[in-house]
Amino acid sequence: MSSAVTLQDATGHMAHDAHHEHHHHETFITKYVFSQDHKTIAKQFLITGIIWAIIGGLFSVIFRLQLGYPDQTFPFLEDFLGHWAKGGKLNPEFYYALVTMHGTVLVFFVLTAGLSGTFANFLIPLQVGARDMASPMLNMLSYWFFFLASIIMVASLFVQTGPASGGWTVYPPLSALGDASMGSKIGMDLWLVGMAMFIVSSLLGGLNYITTILNMRTKGMSMTRMPLTIWALFFTAILGVLSFPVLLSGAILLLFDRNLGTSFYLSDIVVAGKILPNEGGSAILFQHLFWFLGHPEVYIILLPAMGMSSEILSVNSRKPIFGYMAMVGSMFAIAILAFLVWAHHMFVTGLNPFLGSVFVLLTLLIAVPSAIKVFNWLTTLWRGNIRFTPAMLFAIGFVSLFISGGLTGIFLGNSALDIHLHDTYFVIAHFHIVMGVASFFGMFAGVYHWFPKMYGRYLNNTLAYIHFWVTIIGAYLIFWPMHYEGLAGMPRRYYDFSNWESFKMFGGLNEFISLVSMIVFAAQLLFVFNFFHSIWKGRKVRDLNPWGSNTLEWTTPLKPGHGNWPGEIPEVHRWPYDYGKDGRDFIPQTEPVGKDESTGH
Amino acid sequence: MSTVLMEQRNKIHPHKFTLWVGIGSMLMMFAGLTSAYIVKRNQANWVSFQLPAAFWYSTAAIIISSICIHLAGKAFREREMSRYRILVAVTLGLGVVFVLLQLVGFRQLWNSGVTFTGNVSYSFLYVIVGIHAVHVLGGIVALIVLSLKAFSTKIRNYSTVPVELMSTYWHFVDLLWIYLLVFLLMIR
Repeated sequence: MSSAVTLQDATGHMAHDAHHEHHHHETFITKYVFSQDHKTIAKQFLITGIIWAIIGGLFSVIFRLQLGYPDQTFPFLEDFLGHWAKGGKLNPEFYYALVTMHGTVLVFFVLTAGLSGTFANFLIPLQVGARDMASPMLNMLSYWFFFLASIIMVASLFVQTGPASGGWTVYPPLSALGDASMGSKIGMDLWLVGMAMFIVSSLLGGLNYITTILNMRTKGMSMTRMPLTIWALFFTAILGVLSFPVLLSGAILLLFDRNLGTSFYLSDIVVAGKILPNEGGSAILFQHLFWFLGHPEVYIILLPAMGMSSEILSVNSRKPIFGYMAMVGSMFAIAILAFLVWAHHMFVTGLNPFLGSVFVLLTLLIAVPSAIKVFNWLTTLWRGNIRFTPAMLFAIGFVSLFISGGLTGIFLGNSALDIHLHDTYFVIAHFHIVMGVASFFGMFAGVYHWFPKMYGRYLNNTLAYIHFWVTIIGAYLIFWPMHYEGLAGMPRRYYDFSNWESFKMFGGLNEFISLVSMIVFAAQLLFVFNFFHSIWKGRKVRDLNPWGSNTLEWTTPLKPGHGNWPGEIPEVHRWPYDYGKDGRDFIPQTEPVGKDESTGH
Repeated sequence: MSTVLMEQRNKIHPHKFTLWVGIGSMLMMFAGLTSAYIVKRNQANWVSFQLPAAFWYSTAAIIISSICIHLAGKAFREREMSRYRILVAVTLGLGVVFVLLQLVGFRQLWNSGVTFTGNVSYSFLYVIVGIHAVHVLGGIVALIVLSLKAFSTKIRNYSTVPVELMSTYWHFVDLLWIYLLVFLLMIR
């Protein structure tokens, strides 16, 4: 934090930039690389996130090859994986590395940094009416710490013993002992150091988001006039700032256990017939520290998607959001409950059953705010004048996935049922739908909706519709059958199921899932092509407010410079959801309330 | 921008607010460590330890330095710049003394058999005190920058924000240390 003190002159520079932006000389480096403009930083996060998503998605395609076709060889794999796929057969050690890195990359690098990093940076100053973040310098550092974390994580893929392979939760003792597996060697150290850098990045970002939202809103922008995107990003940032430090302390203790001979997590362990000197530690301690972050992390991923979907659903239904305060209240409830449910990931670790029952109760309570949100989304759509833009489709898809995936959470939240379902494909299906794919849909919705503001061009609609339909149908085809596999007891993280009599019947289903996952992956590449192609070649935006939206970001010029508004920052006079009021299609937030305007929303 | 700043005059400065949120974040890290400590404390083979005398001297050093940075802020607001320079330098000196005394304390611990890997309780002691010391070192870096600015003849600074930020952070590491000291005395 000491850096905050040394950076006190950043605001001064910002004021200078804002006033003289048109004759302020910017080099390529300061404009595109070490930029302090929140919009550029957002794009940096987004593009880095897209690259990570391709890498993480590719991992899943490779391990799905193994799961779908366990008795076949794929010689092309040897060409680019080398000794990890001798003769075209995936090495079991590397299979674990792939699932571990798939989880790490998608959870942290794509859906945390790529999602929050992009949209918190892009939308907060634009939607609350600020020139930039509270501290543009810390904001820039946030991206570059993320970049450093990315470099370290990528480097870990190329070390001789392979990247971390103990699962994305890196439970000790597997992760604490270098001799435990190939992936527990240098790859694990790089994972921990990379994650430490990542946490620093998240914290710097989160501090800025909170301060900007509470402190830098334009005149008239009271808290209850903020778009729901901002509320969602606000709760996301609070969750991150309070939970990531706990993971950091857990990771530091793990680093000491690995490299300096301490025994925080280790006790009475025998490796290869040799008794280790470590004594007095507890592996469960790590799980507590990990899941104290790990559960809020779920909402760190999900809340931004909820916020953006709320906004997009309202804009494209041409109707006010239903139950604005209930939406804010339910997000607040989710944020509080997020901190009180971590032990539901640990029902089968020998947790006291009484304690378990408390966590069951608190976990099931989350169904209440979640149901309120779903109800409000559906009532917002109800009798709306719906425009099926690609962003709207993805927002509706988000609601669909959130319902389907949320319902299975009620099964898993019961500690009695969890004894049967834990560590099976049921869990995989649950969290991929409700957290993974749903948040991806929120992210896609956000990209399609705000792309015109980001780059001054539209994405191609035809490609977008193909992308949407393949992805939503594919997502259900991939994950729906996994529920049945899980109910039948098929465990996660296994390399090959063909040797088990009880899971042989799923051979064809696994092949089908693998096939669909490849098709869906290809559809994502279509999106990536659309994204990069449209940055330069997309249809140009000519309308300042292409979606007829009320929020402040559409009052900026087509391509806003650093400082966002060339003149004064507009003043806000109303909430952002006056759609279809008094016979008018929409009334922007900047328009004063008229004399004969009807009161209430 | 200037109008915006004017509107915000009665609000808390964004950087100060950021620092407060950051302090919340750092507190969560120590909450994680100390609650892990409590959980482990109630398990078998926990070995108690004595805190070294040097930790008490270091406590005195950081409390006095905390008073100094407070007085420095007061001097700055009264534009008593020579007094301000001296007080910032004294704060910096005492901060360095604090870290050195902590190192002496660790040496005393080590010589009395409380080694880093001796027992989980010892490891916790080293890690918790060590991570606090890292936070103090961060403050020392900031104090060095502040001192260089204070003694520079080229820069004239009228903003009270840097010194106030420094003061808040320094009080924070001071209070955090007192909390940790009491915590380690009560529960060991």
